[in-house]
Amino acid sequence: MIIRERAIKYGDNVNTDVIIPARYLNTTDDRELASHCFEDLDKDFKKKVEERKIIVAGSNFGCGSSREHAPLSIKASGVKAIIASSFARIFFRNAINIGLPVIASIEASNFIQDGDELEIDLSSGKIKDITKDKIFEVNPLPEFIQRIIRSGGYVKFTKENIRK
Amino acid sequence: MSDKNKPQTIAQKILAYHCGRDHVSEGEIVNAVVDIVLGNDITLPIAIEEFDKIGTGRVFDKEKVVVVPDHFAPNKDIKSAQQCKFIREFARKQEIKNYFEVGKMGIEHVLLPELGLVLPGNLVVGADSHTCTYGALGAASTGVGSTDVAVAMATSRLWFMVPKTIKFIYSGSLKKWITGKDLILYTIGLIGVDGALYKSMEFSGPAVNKLSMDSRFTMSNMAIEAGGKFGIFEVDGITEEFLKPRSDGNYKIFRSDQGAEYEKIYNINCSDIELQVAAPHLPSNARNASDLSNVTIDQVVIGCCTNGRIEDLRIAAEILNGRKVDGNIRTIIIPATQNIYLEALKKGYIEIFINSGCAVSTPTCGPCLGGHMGVLAEGERAVSTTNRNFVGRMGHPKSEVYLSGPSVAAASAVAGRIATPEEVM
Ligand code: SF4
Repeated sequence: MIIRERAIKYGDNVNTDVIIPARYLNTTDDRELASHCFEDLDKDFKKKVEERKIIVAGSNFGCGSSREHAPLSIKASGVKAIIASSFARIFFRNAINIGLPVIASIEASNFIQDGDELEIDLSSGKIKDITKDKIFEVNPLPEFIQRIIRSGGYVKFTKENIRK
Repeated sequence: MSDKNKPQTIAQKILAYHCGRDHVSEGEIVNAVVDIVLGNDITLPIAIEEFDKIGTGRVFDKEKVVVVPDHFAPNKDIKSAQQCKFIREFARKQEIKNYFEVGKMGIEHVLLPELGLVLPGNLVVGADSHTCTYGALGAASTGVGSTDVAVAMATSRLWFMVPKTIKFIYSGSLKKWITGKDLILYTIGLIGVDGALYKSMEFSGPAVNKLSMDSRFTMSNMAIEAGGKFGIFEVDGITEEFLKPRSDGNYKIFRSDQGAEYEKIYNINCSDIELQVAAPHLPSNARNASDLSNVTIDQVVIGCCTNGRIEDLRIAAEILNGRKVDGNIRTIIIPATQNIYLEALKKGYIEIFINSGCAVSTPTCGPCLGGHMGVLAEGERAVSTTNRNFVGRMGHPKSEVYLSGPSVAAASAVAGRIATPEEVM
């Protein structure tokens, strides 16, 4: 799976309260959630995401609450993948479980700048910064997690395995 | 030494036990059977939609799924009412035994231990990040997302990565007014909001061995604010005392082996720790409360799964007794469960609160997450005994939250600015 998109860059500790504020958690409709995504952090996110669909951020991305509304609202905004120096563990789980690719790389996150054009090859674990012509090799996700992603999420994976 | 005979931490042992093995290794992914699965009015609606897609029809055990509408309940608006209705109908259809309606409801992480629903050695998951609270009982418990809860409700199993452990050894003696909240804010200030990312935190040492259960719950509760997966205390006499009226003693106690491997060990001397306040906008911005005495405030909240227990209300009552809340401050006190409310009533704390000019609310998460019952306007500032002070956490994105324990919160309510008890008593 190859993703070719431009980057929107954010800093460290982007937390679930700024990804989707709790005042909007009275719905499960992901399009409605998407309409408020990042509104307390970056008022221009909605405009940016029309043309740039990879988020690149610093450490501890998604820290805070367990709300799956956070990765759901990002995914429903059209974001194709998130690269960060590190992820908060519940966010990381949730993103995998709903099939939103998350890639941890300190080098790539530090190097990539806002607006850079990127190409991510999920199967080989390569991130290419096309704008600056640089390639980063990333540690592949554990096999079990890759199986969940290949199934299209944890629910589909579970369904397949219950049937067996 | 073969891997099999290697000494293990509590976290490893509990995970191993729940997948029917003697040993698991750090970094390994295991598929373990959980004891309790928890959901609330915010996270369960998504979980139910996903649960329905899996197609088992029934939850794996109607006694082991716990449903608590506490975040926006009593319903704050029509949409919240719809969500609460949705989970209520699910609970009825699935004949969930542990569903707690408004009137019996309390904040989930205070309610479950109070009712003896979590026991030592348990493996617990909840679609709420502060599920780590039950580590105070020697359980491995952690927050997960809604999809995880859907899978766990359907199959009783979930994937876990076996975490590394960081050990914290607290020694020395606590100064007056210092509680678990100060120790944990100090600790998060020391290691940072990602200082324990993916890790199990083990709290130990002579100073915490003397801590009340209420203070231990407060510390475990905030493990997630350092990125932690678990925040575990070893079971001791104080734990067993707490459990006596709540269980038949039928639980398994796990202890870390001598020589178990820790990624890091922190030695913390509590004799030096002053009353702590975490300034906006991270729980790791811990300062001495006495250094912030020029910060004026608009609101004080005493409650939450972090500090809505009887110890917290007792401390607040001690400070507010015979004193008035400053004329410019709204003070909102929220006992975390009905039982705590009742106990506070019997002990006269509620009367003290009302006489001093506080509003006292039925249990709810309410203001903690900017839901209702005390949302902040633009430019307003609160001192709160909650656990998060992120941008917009309690309301307007330009409002600010200072996190503290109950004594600083109560003293600040009287002073109209951040204050320590000595300044107002
Ligand atoms: S009181 Fe606050 S932190 Fe605790 S469960 Fe409720 S919203 Fe979460």
